[in-house]
Amino acid sequence: MIEVNRQGEVWVFAEQHLGKVEDIAFELLGRARELADKLGVKVGAVIAGDSIKSVCEELIQYGADKVYTVENNLLEHYQTNSYTKVLCALIEKHKPQIVLYGASPVGRDLAPRVASKMKAGLTADCTDLQIGNHEIKKTGEKHENLLLQIRPAFGGNIIATIINYDRWPQMATVREGVMPMPEPDSKRKGEVIDESVSLSAEDLPIEIIEEVRREKSVNLKASRIIVAGGAGVGSKENFRMIWDLANALGGVPAATRAAADLGYIGKDYQVGQTGTTVRPSLYIAIGLSGAIQHQAGMSESKKIIAVNNDPDAPIFDVAHYKVCGDLNEVVPQMIKAVKEKV
Amino acid sequence: MAYKCIVLIKQVPDTSRITGEAMNEDGTVNRGALPAIFNPEDLNALELALEIKEKYGGSVTAVTMGLPSASEVLREALFMGADDAVLVTDRRCAASDTLATSYILTRAAEKIGCDLVLCGRQAIDGDTAQVGPQMAEKLDMPQITYVEEVHELTPSRIVCRRNMGNGWQRTACKLPVLLTVTDQANEPRIGAARRIMKYKNAKTPAEISKEGGSDEDIREMKNKGLLIGQLNLDDVQADLQWCGRDGSPTKVHRIMSVVLTAKESKEVDSSAQGINDMVHELIEDHTIG
Ligand SMILES: Cc1cc2nc3c(=O)[nH]c(=O)nc-3n(C[C@H](O)[C@H](O)[C@H](O)COP(=O)(O)OP(=O)(O)OC[C@H]3O[C@@H](n4cnc5c(N)ncnc54)[C@H](O)[C@@H]3O)c2cc1C
Repeated sequence: MIEVNRQGEVWVFAEQHLGKVEDIAFELLGRARELADKLGVKVGAVIAGDSIKSVCEELIQYGADKVYTVENNLLEHYQTNSYTKVLCALIEKHKPQIVLYGASPVGRDLAPRVASKMKAGLTADCTDLQIGNHEIKKTGEKHENLLLQIRPAFGGNIIATIINYDRWPQMATVREGVMPMPEPDSKRKGEVIDESVSLSAEDLPIEIIEEVRREKSVNLKASRIIVAGGAGVGSKENFRMIWDLANALGGVPAATRAAADLGYIGKDYQVGQTGTTVRPSLYIAIGLSGAIQHQAGMSESKKIIAVNNDPDAPIFDVAHYKVCGDLNEVVPQMIKAVKEKV
Repeated sequence: MAYKCIVLIKQVPDTSRITGEAMNEDGTVNRGALPAIFNPEDLNALELALEIKEKYGGSVTAVTMGLPSASEVLREALFMGADDAVLVTDRRCAASDTLATSYILTRAAEKIGCDLVLCGRQAIDGDTAQVGPQMAEKLDMPQITYVEEVHELTPSRIVCRRNMGNGWQRTACKLPVLLTVTDQANEPRIGAARRIMKYKNAKTPAEISKEGGSDEDIREMKNKGLLIGQLNLDDVQADLQWCGRDGSPTKVHRIMSVVLTAKESKEVDSSAQGINDMVHELIEDHTIG
C-alpha cells in the first residue's frame, strides 16, 4: 500500500496486444482525464510490452500527460506475475492516487494480483467513476476528493458506491463500452518516460503453449443504431426480421442471452451484463422482457424503442417509445415505414 | 502421485431470483429473503477437482468462509464427492472485502496444505473474480484463470486450456498452482444417493454442541467421518489487522436499489399510422436517416 498522496497522478493501465492498444485503454483515458482535471493532477498511462514506442503518441492524443513505458522482450506476452511486478514497481516509485484497469480477461487477472501485493483496495466492474467526499458518520471524520467507485451488485439489483480512503492507490476495473470513447486530439502534447524493471525466469512461471485470438465478428459498440431481438421473436427464421430492420436503418442486430442461447443468432451479438455493453443513439428492443441483466448493457442508450405484447414487460420502464403489440405485425410495419421515408 | 486439492466454495444469495421483497426500504438487499445457494461456478471447480482425483488420485477438501449456516454448501460438497469439508467461521470475519477474505482463506489453505487450489471464476453476489488471484498472490503460487479444461497433470506440471472470452490459450506451469474455473469446464455431477444418505448427517462441532452434543459426541462423529472441520481466526493464526473491517481497504459509501426509468416516454399506437409517425419523428430529430 502507499500513503494517501493528494499530488498523485491518475493512472491507466494501457492493455496492448501485439503492439496494438486495446480500446478499453482509450475509454479509460477519457474518464481519467476528467477525474485528473477535477483533482488538478496529471494523467499517466502505463504500458508494458516488447516494442511499444509507436503507440505512446496515441495514448497522449487520447488524454495522457505522461506515458510510462516498460520495454522488455520478456514482456511481449502478458503474464500475471511479470506484469504484476512491473505495475507494483511503478506504483511504489511514482505513487499515483488512482489506477484504472479494463475489466477485460487480462485486467481481471492482473488487477487483483496487484491489489493483493500492494495491500490496496480494488473495485471490480465499475460502471461509473466520480470524485466526491465521504464522511464517517460515527466519528465525523471527513475524507475529501476520493474516487467514488460505482458498480452494480447482486445481479444488477443494487448500485453500490465504494471508496477507499486510507490504503492507496484507489483502484478499479471498468468494463469495455461503459465509458464513452473520447475524441483523439492530435495536437495534445505529453511526455514519454522510459522505465525499467528487472525480470528473471522466476517472474514468468507460465508457459504459453498455444494461443488463438478470435476477433469478434461484430462490433456492437461502434454502432449508432442497434436492433435487438429476444426470445419472443420465436425462431431463427423469424429473427431474419431483426436483421432486415437493422439493415434498413443502417444499424446492426443484437440479442438477449435467451435469444443467443436459443441459437437465433451468434453469441457475439449478446448485449448485457455478460455480453457487450452498448450506448447507441437508438436501441430497438423487440420481443425481449428487459431483465435487469439485459438492461445493464443497454440502459445508457440515448433513445430506446420497445416492442412487446406484454404491457407489464420491464423493458417498458426504460423505453422512450413504447409499442405494445405483436412484433410480427409491428416489425414489418416498421421496416416498411423506414424504407419509405429514409 | 496423489494430488491434494482444495476447492473454495461460497454460499451466495440466488441473485437470479431477486424479487421486490428481497429489497429493503433503504435500498439494501435483504439477504434473509433470498434462497442461499452453492455459487454456480464453484460447482464447476468442485467437479473439476473430483475429476482430477478420479483420474490422477488424491483428495478433495472443500473450504468455505461464512456464517455457521454455510455448512449447508459443505454438506452439498460432501454429497458430490469431497473427502473433507472445512468451515472457516468467526465473527471477526464480518465486513471483509475481497482482500481480507483472500487473506483469511490463504491462512486456512496454508494450514490445510495442498498442491492445487481451485475456485469458481467468480461469485454471483458480487461478480468480482478477485479472491482467486488475490489468494494466488498471497500463497505465492502462479494462477491460471478462466480454466475450462485440464489437459495434462504430472507432479511437475499442469497444462490447462483457458477461455479468454475473445479466444483461448493453452498454458502450462509447475505445481502448486491456483486455478479459477468457468462454467464451460464441465457439467457438475449430482450428489449420489448413497453419499447423501451418509453425509446429510455431517455436522460442524458448533452444530453438534447446539443440539446438546458433548465433546464425546464430536469425537464419535469424527470417527464416523461425519465431522465438518471448523476453524476460527485463531486456529489459522490470522493477523487480525488484515481481517474483517480493519483488513478491508474498500468501504461502502452508498447503496441504492436500481430503478431504471426513461426520462420521457411515449405510448406508440401499434397501428401503421402510429408506427409511421414514430419513424417520422426519429428522422426529424436525426436519430435515424
Ligand atoms: C448471471 C446472469 C447473467 C446474465 N447475463 C445476461 C446478458 O448479458 N444479457 C441478457 O440479455 N440476459 C442475461 N441474462 C439472462 C436474463 O436474466 C434473461 O433471462 C434474458 O435477458 C431474457 O431474455 P429475453 O428477454 O429474450 O426472454 P424473455 O424474458 O423470455 O422475454 C421474451 C419477451 O418477448 C415478449 N414476446 C413474446 N412474444 C411476443 C410477440 N409475438 N410480440 C411481442 N412481444 C412478444 C414477451 O412478452 C417477453 O417479454 C443473465 C442472467 C444471469 C443469471
